[in-house]
Amino acid sequence: MSNERFKGTDQYVATDDLMMAVNAAITLARPLLIKGEPGTGKTQLALEIARALERPLYEWHIKSTSKAQQGLYEYDAVSRLRDSQLGDARVHDIGNYIVKGRLWEAFDSAVQPVLLIDEIDKADIEFPNDLLRELDRMEFYVYETRELVRARHRPIIIITSNNEKELPDAFLRRCFFHFIRFPDEATMRAIVDVHYPGLKKELLAEALRAFFEVRAMPGLKKKPSTSELLDWLKLLLAEDIQPEALRSADTKKMIPILHGALLKNEQDVHLFEQLAFMHRRVR
Amino acid sequence: MLVRFFFALRAAGVPVSITEFLTLLEALQQRVAQLSAQEFYWLARACLVKDERHYDRFDLAFGEIFQGAEQLFQQLLARVPADWLRGLAARVLSAEEKRRIEALGGWDQLLATLRERLREQRERHAGGGKWIGTGGTSPFGANGFNPEGIRIGEHGSRKHRAVKVWERREFRNLDDSVELGTRNLKLALRKLRKFAREGAAEELDLDGTIDATARNGGMLDLKLVPERHNAVKVLLFLDVGGSMDEHVRVCEELFSAARSEFKHLAHFYFHNFPYENLWKDNRRRYEALIPTEQVLRTYGHDYRAIVVGDATMSPYEIVQPGGSIEHWNKEAGALWMQRLRAAFPRLVWLNPQPQAHWEHTPSVRIARELVAERMFPLSIAGLDLAIRELQRPLSGMGAAHALAAATSVTQDPAPEVR
Repeated sequence: MSNERFKGTDQYVATDDLMMAVNAAITLARPLLIKGEPGTGKTQLALEIARALERPLYEWHIKSTSKAQQGLYEYDAVSRLRDSQLGDARVHDIGNYIVKGRLWEAFDSAVQPVLLIDEIDKADIEFPNDLLRELDRMEFYVYETRELVRARHRPIIIITSNNEKELPDAFLRRCFFHFIRFPDEATMRAIVDVHYPGLKKELLAEALRAFFEVRAMPGLKKKPSTSELLDWLKLLLAEDIQPEALRSADTKKMIPILHGALLKNEQDVHLFEQLAFMHRRVR
Repeated sequence: MLVRFFFALRAAGVPVSITEFLTLLEALQQRVAQLSAQEFYWLARACLVKDERHYDRFDLAFGEIFQGAEQLFQQLLARVPADWLRGLAARVLSAEEKRRIEALGGWDQLLATLRERLREQRERHAGGGKWIGTGGTSPFGANGFNPEGIRIGEHGSRKHRAVKVWERREFRNLDDSVELGTRNLKLALRKLRKFAREGAAEELDLDGTIDATARNGGMLDLKLVPERHNAVKVLLFLDVGGSMDEHVRVCEELFSAARSEFKHLAHFYFHNFPYENLWKDNRRRYEALIPTEQVLRTYGHDYRAIVVGDATMSPYEIVQPGGSIEHWNKEAGALWMQRLRAAFPRLVWLNPQPQAHWEHTPSVRIARELVAERMFPLSIAGLDLAIRELQRPLSGMGAAHALAAATSVTQDPAPEVR
């Protein structure tokens, strides 16, 4: 059991319930499954845990073609065949052709590492099932070399999911689960503060107001998220926009300036324009 | 107490297993949570609930079991998202409606009263004028007549009047059990995907072949995989307007989510029943009409057609020329449906109305006959049946029929494309 507790970092604002979930996962050495709207910092969480606890981080990004086996190891049979035809001496040791995956690397780490399995829902439906034993016992068997690989320290495993696929129950049972809610305004202020400490108070207030207004619009295809707000603020800062500009844009031109950072879909921009137009006529 | 909590959770429909419960006990033993109800709540939630859609049920069961812990309950109640509700109201309500809300002392008052009532009330309640329940004239509850009403706990909107369905807990919007809603959308999607993959040929798996050959020591070992892309082409005809809008939205979401899985997917809208014109864009439905005849001509009979509609209307709208409620239709809807069926022999109708009501609505009976009894309820099971129907191979008869019908229609003078 490790005594360290995760409390967020100077770069990452963690809510109390998120901290509880992380600490429970660390203490009991079980994987933590993180879900939430895109852009709420799911992936970032793993990076920050590694940074805060000063642990090495292993990232395993999942694609639709990823196989569980790739995380363990891959047997490069093609190279071996080639070597055998070239008469290379390496060919006699099959171990030369075993390529370690991210999970194996994490198991090999000398100190307890953080392992990020990013966007597990992208993979095939069988993917999580194929990792059950590995995540449970933190060991797996290499058939080619007949060796058992066991984790030297149970890694802190952070798994993120965007809910594209349902995860199997057996897999869920082995994880802790946390759903990152979209931050409320106070949390959002804290988050912005962490990223842009020098931000002018009025600009922040106006920007946040505009941001939550945009988010509250019914029918948006892609709601702007935290990461998009941060991008937008960066733009506003770079362009040195005055807070008044955001406010005056309200009456004449409803679309917030530099809206490209917030609205990522032409239908959304269109919808926004329409609503802005209607809004103006009402006034 | 914890064991009781465990069973309360299961009774509330949170799928908790013994393993997870033991995990919670282990975490408690390891002092992950300090002596605070709030921390215990978070810890228990992280251990026992594995899906944000169950957060709401968890909150309920938690509140029930630990209501003795007065303070904790207060904390839970404090999480009622008043700002959210107020923000919503500001956007949704007209000025006049807002004035009427003032009648009860405004939103703050309304919410404060609601919170109080939630605390006082422990049991289900129906009728009457004060408690939160169903019917009645209290501003809280569902299906009431008070225009300021806050809807609580009913799934359908009977009067389409109350402000918002709201079950006092913030994750309510994640737990949704409408017929074919977000909750089982994924299941439906999986079925559709399976449907979409059907008919795909096998192709050479180059990587697999090389790998297997290498493992074989150089002896060629061919591997085949099902083709990644798929062959199913789908036309979607959606009834819009009035009662159907919600169902149509769900359906559209469902199919657009599966869009990439189909070889081709096109959708068209109609109102009540398909006549000589359809449209693709609801906002421009009067300008950008597409002649149905053109649709029949454009898409081959290998397309599967899926009609989504409640088929609930006056029978005249189907069988009579000029029966449409919106315009003068030269030919009866029934005729157009026959043409659709002839052009797309594999056609099914998905009906969001409960199946039990079908027999009592004459227009549904007519529509069923028109689609040769291939009408299915818009539910997971119905979707399953419909897909099975769509997968059936074309009989020679059907194809010949389709050809004949297609030619007969194209011989008509084509109406101008506006």
